[in-house]
Amino acid sequence: MFERKSDIFLIYLTVGVSLICLMFLDAAVSQRLDREAVRERREIVRVLTLTDLCLFTEARYTRHPTMADLNTPFQDHPVSLEHFPSGAIMAVPPHLKTQTQR
Amino acid sequence: MGYINKQRNILDFTLSSLGRRKGKNLALVAVYTFVIFLLASVLFFTHSIKKEASLILQDAPEMTVQRLVAGRQDLIPKRYIDSIRKIRGVQSVAPRLWGYYYDALSGTNFTLMANKDLKDRVGEIIIGSGVSWRSGTGKGKKATRKNDIIPFKTYDGSVLTLKVKGILSFSSELVTADLILVSETDFRKIFAIPHDHATDLMLQVRNPKELATIAAKITQRHPDTRPILREEILRTYNAVFDWRGGMIIVVLSGAVFAFIILAWDKATGLSGEEKREIGILKAIGWETSDILLMKFWEGAAVSLSAFFMGTFLAYLHIFLSSSILFEPVLKGWSVIYPHFRLTPYIDAYQIATLFFLTVIPYTVATIVPSWRSATVDPDSVMRM
Repeated sequence: MFERKSDIFLIYLTVGVSLICLMFLDAAVSQRLDREAVRERREIVRVLTLTDLCLFTEARYTRHPTMADLNTPFQDHPVSLEHFPSGAIMAVPPHLKTQTQR
Repeated sequence: MGYINKQRNILDFTLSSLGRRKGKNLALVAVYTFVIFLLASVLFFTHSIKKEASLILQDAPEMTVQRLVAGRQDLIPKRYIDSIRKIRGVQSVAPRLWGYYYDALSGTNFTLMANKDLKDRVGEIIIGSGVSWRSGTGKGKKATRKNDIIPFKTYDGSVLTLKVKGILSFSSELVTADLILVSETDFRKIFAIPHDHATDLMLQVRNPKELATIAAKITQRHPDTRPILREEILRTYNAVFDWRGGMIIVVLSGAVFAFIILAWDKATGLSGEEKREIGILKAIGWETSDILLMKFWEGAAVSLSAFFMGTFLAYLHIFLSSSILFEPVLKGWSVIYPHFRLTPYIDAYQIATLFFLTVIPYTVATIVPSWRSATVDPDSVMRM
């Protein structure tokens, strides 16, 4: 049926485009299905007065980056280098950079 | 019809030509796919986590007021509440009590927080699902269940045993994995925090537009305080996973440089075999435009194959396998790590960015050197 190589390639392209469309479809369905879970998390944040996501639990300034100050990464020594892996992944919260007194 | 047939004939020839160098081209597609996979994975992960944070933290406290002593956060006296409450526009001020507890048995850091619902339930705690797995003791290390007891070492070395009265839902792990909710009495007992102090203060204001003014008034009245606005909390998660910062830029620049080398290799010249092929094609009557068309299809075939495969694999990686390849990096030295499945937030802009960053430059890089070879005399090209 598909004797020509160009036919096979065009089918491959069609499959590729369909996969991208499928991604969007899956994303839309997942967003709809997860709506309740997001609402629940949001409610927990409101009720428990939480300020941060629990992504990195190894150091306090990466567990609660919004509550941290510029000194906490260097708590062991004024010139000690930041040694927690998660400290290398995340950038400094912007509000710490804009106000020098923080 | 004639135009389409011509394109298909050229495409047939291009694919056969790629097939003659099967090993090299398959390796090229594999590396190219991996580069796109890496770029797309970072793009999908950071975008989704930022989106998730912006949705979840929309109801975070409007303003949090901390006290700084010698550059570090310190306990805030409760008497600050009265003077802050007097500021026009402030609706309510409430103290928050929270901190970190290191559990030597499991080697884990927990976030301990006093909860008003547990006010009259001294000795009881509610734990996050991550805590239930980590605080379990014994050989099999079973998960802690309701009515189990967790021992806490207090500031003076004595042990305080608290009973688990509830476990927060698994779906809330992204915010509560390491959280332990205790009564205010137990919190103060564990850390010896004086009754007239709190960790920080939480503010609600009547008009959100006045937040900045109120924050300025607070720092004016109490220069040792630092107000953090909800807007800043939301901005933080937008910034910490920004592509220009941290490890993300390292991963991204590695992938981008690998791609630049790939494209550079193509752009700087053709192999002797490829040049000879162009010479022969010109000698048998192919036009320069036909050769450029052939090279366009060659670049498009390689880059589109890699693009579709890389993007789709990245989607599976981030949203179906919970970013399994990134997990060791994200975990770091953390003992508790939330097992969350990110909601896929993707948009056409991301896919278009990825497409224009990868497919277009590679395709152009394939055409340029061919154009140079195709415009030279076929005889001299074949003799090279």
